[in-house]
Amino acid sequence: MAANTVLNYLPRKSVIHRLTGTTKLAFFLLFTFASMITYNTWVLLGLLAVSIAAFRLSKIKIREVRFMMIFMLVFLLLNNLFIFLFDPNQGTHLYGTHHVLCHLFWRYDLTAEQLFYMVNISLKYFVALPVAILFISATDPSEFAASLNSIGISYKVGYSVSIALRYIPDIQRDYHSISQAQQARGVELGKNEKFFSRLKNSVNILLPLILTSLNRIDTISNAMELRGFGKNKKRTWYTQRPFARRDFLTLALGVLLLLFSLTVTIKCGRFYNPFC
Amino acid sequence: MKSNNSIKTVVAVGIGAALFFVLGRFVAIPSPVPNTNISLQYAVLALLAVMYGPVAGGLIGFIGHTLIDLSWGGSPWWSWVITSAFVGVIVGLFAKKLNVQEGDFGKGKVTLFAIANIAAHVIGWIVVAPVLDILIYAEPANKVFAQGAFAAISNTITAVIVGGLLVLAYTKTIAKKGSLDQE
Repeated sequence: MAANTVLNYLPRKSVIHRLTGTTKLAFFLLFTFASMITYNTWVLLGLLAVSIAAFRLSKIKIREVRFMMIFMLVFLLLNNLFIFLFDPNQGTHLYGTHHVLCHLFWRYDLTAEQLFYMVNISLKYFVALPVAILFISATDPSEFAASLNSIGISYKVGYSVSIALRYIPDIQRDYHSISQAQQARGVELGKNEKFFSRLKNSVNILLPLILTSLNRIDTISNAMELRGFGKNKKRTWYTQRPFARRDFLTLALGVLLLLFSLTVTIKCGRFYNPFC
Repeated sequence: MKSNNSIKTVVAVGIGAALFFVLGRFVAIPSPVPNTNISLQYAVLALLAVMYGPVAGGLIGFIGHTLIDLSWGGSPWWSWVITSAFVGVIVGLFAKKLNVQEGDFGKGKVTLFAIANIAAHVIGWIVVAPVLDILIYAEPANKVFAQGAFAAISNTITAVIVGGLLVLAYTKTIAKKGSLDQE
């Protein structure tokens, strides 16, 4: 399946892979929301443990997802750098105290609060990372539409998503050949060209791409109409699998984690403050 | 014919999201600011939103952006995903007014198209995205507003200029109403 290359599906024989797509999608969403709500360091560490445990269960090796990891690390570093450059006192602002560790230059003091805040924001992102990688690498793309439908999203939207996954490689190939053809004709997109002519030149590539895509939309929608798509309110899916006990257990765990994170946030506030 | 339209929207969302994904993920055309790229996907989003309406526009932005974030390997940065969807919806709201499928894109419509895009991107990136960033990720206000302002400017330029040129070129391919003369 061509969409494998886009989202990096890695087939394995593991507990995680045997879960239905619906479970994985629901757990992914529950988990993301749980980690989004809270800023409490202990809760985040707990979630991180769950997420790493799940990753170990999946038998996917770190080596295979190294590219994603490195990309995320670079992103996090840059993000932290920008946060520090723009506002070195965000930590003080959130935690209410000001412990200077050392003075750097101008208005930039390195405070314990700021460091703690940046550790937390990185942690928040790291918590979601293994689960997100698992969700991408352990869900068969052809099962994806079925799982979207079964968590209550209209099957038409599910079908749109599966069309998108199906046609990404085709469009990528089209884009590649069109841009090579235009570059052979002297359409330049690199730094040698002025900004506005770069914009104008990009239209030369986009337009053929759009027009072929519009033709494609016509062809596909005619084919789907001929097969009676959208006639009934419901539909069945070839790839859909029945729920097993492990699915219910996983879902229960997801709900529990979300509830836990919610209760802690409501009861103890959103931030864990070690400074007072 | 009504049913075919809804099927067409489903397919347009799918193909549109695929286009959004390919342009956002693999196409890197450098912008004047170092290390940033022109986000051509917003030009395509603008075109498809005015062709297929707000629902399609919103879904294209949402699905396309989510797929881009997922393919980079993180969990989606929801605040920006929602903003992409928001831009698609707002531009799509002008679909009926612009009615590009008739093949007419005169001066008045060009202005309206530009206004729709400017409004969508400015509100989206300077209000929606930063506010969500602060709510969800508790990032410093001036950082997210600076980021938002930069995104607003660059995306508005791409959407209005490239998107406008695309719509213009697209309308030229359609035979206008009453363009046939009796001889």
